[in-house]
Amino acid sequence: MRPARIQDHAVIGDGHSAALVSRDGGVVWLCWPRFDSPSLFAAILDAEAGGGFWLSPEAPARVSREYLPDTNVLRTRFETDDGVLVVTDLMPIHDTRGGETQPERELLRCVHCERGEVTLLARYAPRPDFGRARPSLRDGGRLGWRLEHAGWLYTLLTDVPLTPASEGELRGRARLRSGARAHFSLTMTDVGPAVLPPLGRRAWERVDHTAMTWRRWAARCRYDGPYREAVVRSALALKLLTFGPSGAVVAAATTSLPEVPGGASNWDYRFCWVRDASFTARAFLGLGYEAEAESFVTWLLRATWLTQPRMSVLYDVYGRNRPDEEEVPGLRGYAGSRPVRVGNAAATQQQLDSYGEVIDAVAQLIRHGGALARDELRMLLRLGEYIMKMWDAPDEGIWEPRGGRWPHTFSRLSCWMALDRLLELHGRGAFRGLRVPAEHLRGVREQLWEELRTRAWNRQLRSYVRILDGDDVDADLLLMAWYGFEDACSERMRCTDQRIVTRLGARGGLLFRNEDDLRAGEGAFGICGFWRVVLLARQEGAGRDAAERLFVQQLAHANDLGLLAEEVAPETGDALGNFPQALSHVGLISAALELEATRPWQGALGGPGEEARP
Amino acid sequence: MSGGLRWVVWGFVSTVVLTALLSGSQRMRLTRLDLPFLLGTLVTPDRDRAKLYGLGLHLVAGMVFSGLYVAVFIAWGRASWWLGGLLGMLHAGFVLMLLLPSLPAVHPRMATESQDPTDVRTLEPPGFLALHYGTRTPLVALAAHVAFGAMLGALYGA
Repeated sequence: MRPARIQDHAVIGDGHSAALVSRDGGVVWLCWPRFDSPSLFAAILDAEAGGGFWLSPEAPARVSREYLPDTNVLRTRFETDDGVLVVTDLMPIHDTRGGETQPERELLRCVHCERGEVTLLARYAPRPDFGRARPSLRDGGRLGWRLEHAGWLYTLLTDVPLTPASEGELRGRARLRSGARAHFSLTMTDVGPAVLPPLGRRAWERVDHTAMTWRRWAARCRYDGPYREAVVRSALALKLLTFGPSGAVVAAATTSLPEVPGGASNWDYRFCWVRDASFTARAFLGLGYEAEAESFVTWLLRATWLTQPRMSVLYDVYGRNRPDEEEVPGLRGYAGSRPVRVGNAAATQQQLDSYGEVIDAVAQLIRHGGALARDELRMLLRLGEYIMKMWDAPDEGIWEPRGGRWPHTFSRLSCWMALDRLLELHGRGAFRGLRVPAEHLRGVREQLWEELRTRAWNRQLRSYVRILDGDDVDADLLLMAWYGFEDACSERMRCTDQRIVTRLGARGGLLFRNEDDLRAGEGAFGICGFWRVVLLARQEGAGRDAAERLFVQQLAHANDLGLLAEEVAPETGDALGNFPQALSHVGLISAALELEATRPWQGALGGPGEEARP
Repeated sequence: MSGGLRWVVWGFVSTVVLTALLSGSQRMRLTRLDLPFLLGTLVTPDRDRAKLYGLGLHLVAGMVFSGLYVAVFIAWGRASWWLGGLLGMLHAGFVLMLLLPSLPAVHPRMATESQDPTDVRTLEPPGFLALHYGTRTPLVALAAHVAFGAMLGALYGA
């Protein structure tokens, strides 16, 4: 059986963990208690062994779904010949002012028969630890169905009678008439006593409170351009991928959704990549979420503190090194894409671009009025010294291929940016009496400038190139203008843009990262199209109009709920890679902000207007 | 040190060790029983505050129980680690078989085995020997209380 397409999923979460919900009413991915914990449901990676939790009508149904406006509360509507069933899915945000103790984690599923009479089928098949454990379910009577594994207790409370169907699986069936409701609350804890949240009216109160909390958060979004719906959805997705207690943003909610269907490029993205720092901070700050940006940058500085001046490529949500990577042979993988990997060995790679990203993120925060402690400023200077020592070393580069180290242009560009930003901060007096080796910084920055202008520019190709003295291009070169190295309107930038489009362009305004992706059969990379929007937006006149059109094209690659994956298959439009992907949403936000910032006054009055609205 | 001072000092030290052993067992996934959380929810629904208040309540309860231990030591005219350990066994039995199972009757937020799912009391009851908090819970509670008694007996008798 063909698995559900990646874009056929929705995401819900609570700032600690996230779940994917399929169009057929299945929770097919859930890791508790944190994003990077072992899964309880992983049917998206293996329908049999992964486990899941399905609620759907018995009869065939037409399915539509939406988030309640400006929230992360999902509503799936099943329309059968006999009636309409609506399933509301969420991870509740609890009202701490109430008199109830909150559960540690809760997945709440509320069912409502909107019209007619519908038979609801429920199937609960938990498979802890990526399906490696199959502990037995115990009937706790009115205290719910209990499952204990590795010190954790999972409790399912429901007002629908469930019966064991096979080992480790419960099934239930309920005939619901118009207006009838049913409730399912799944909780998890390692603390005794566990909290067993009430059902019925109290469950709907949690739905209302959660929706209200999300709406309040979304209302703080300062963006007021024509793409507000898409931008707010991206902000909500980004917030879902933010680990509340630390401010870290995980790259995606999933592991091992394939970049090539049936292939082996299946990676665990449930960690925080340092290289996403600058983009993410810019997105939060641009939307007016200063607290989120500050929290994220603070996490970044804490995470890199222990390993400085060398930085890991990625850290976990608490800022710990996670170089371990293992395969889970028991899971068949999405559409047979093996292996399923847990952990990410890219953590130990050398990616020099990360340094520029961190320093740029800090610079942005300081530009917005943020301040750093003296120790943190010292650390920035140590990072600068490290760059001055290491800038000409080969590295794995931003896309972390596992094929060795090369002198990447983008890494040099990021090092140039890092030194440029340090000098900017020095100019602003941010280092408050610390000794700043300004002359040395300037000297190395000039060296980098010279090298990029000569060795990264291919005269025959008339383009900047991916590797020094090489003749391949890479979509990351589009960022040369964003980082302030090139003018967006310069001849070199325009030529590079054209070369990138010629070599890496695909249908629908999509861009591959580089020619390796084309050879490997990977999809076009989500954020690259948005990077090009940013570049074109900075080119006056026709360039800006093209940017607006290109942005609308990019929006079309989101799913029906406005969620973006890592990649898109240009031929089919199918999403590829982990989902939803923070970087793709950061790209969308950045591009929308750039379009607003460069919108001519007239355009603001009559520009793209309602027609351009996605 | 006077007898009263020895009770206060060693009773407090033993209680801290007991609390640490129970917390450590929970962190090591030997049991889910979190006594500070369980006690703290007697006075507040807030998870974080409950753990803090519960810690205070557990320390107070520990001092009260250590006073009972000391009273027995005085009555028997001797105190030793094995005598304390024996009392610890009795203490654990009291907690597991009497105190915790009767808690749903007095805990304002604790559910009972027979309550309706829509009832607003949301804390899972401990069950017989607190087995709802994990099958190793009785063993952990027994070991921690024996350690508490043995330590108090040894220190008080020294």
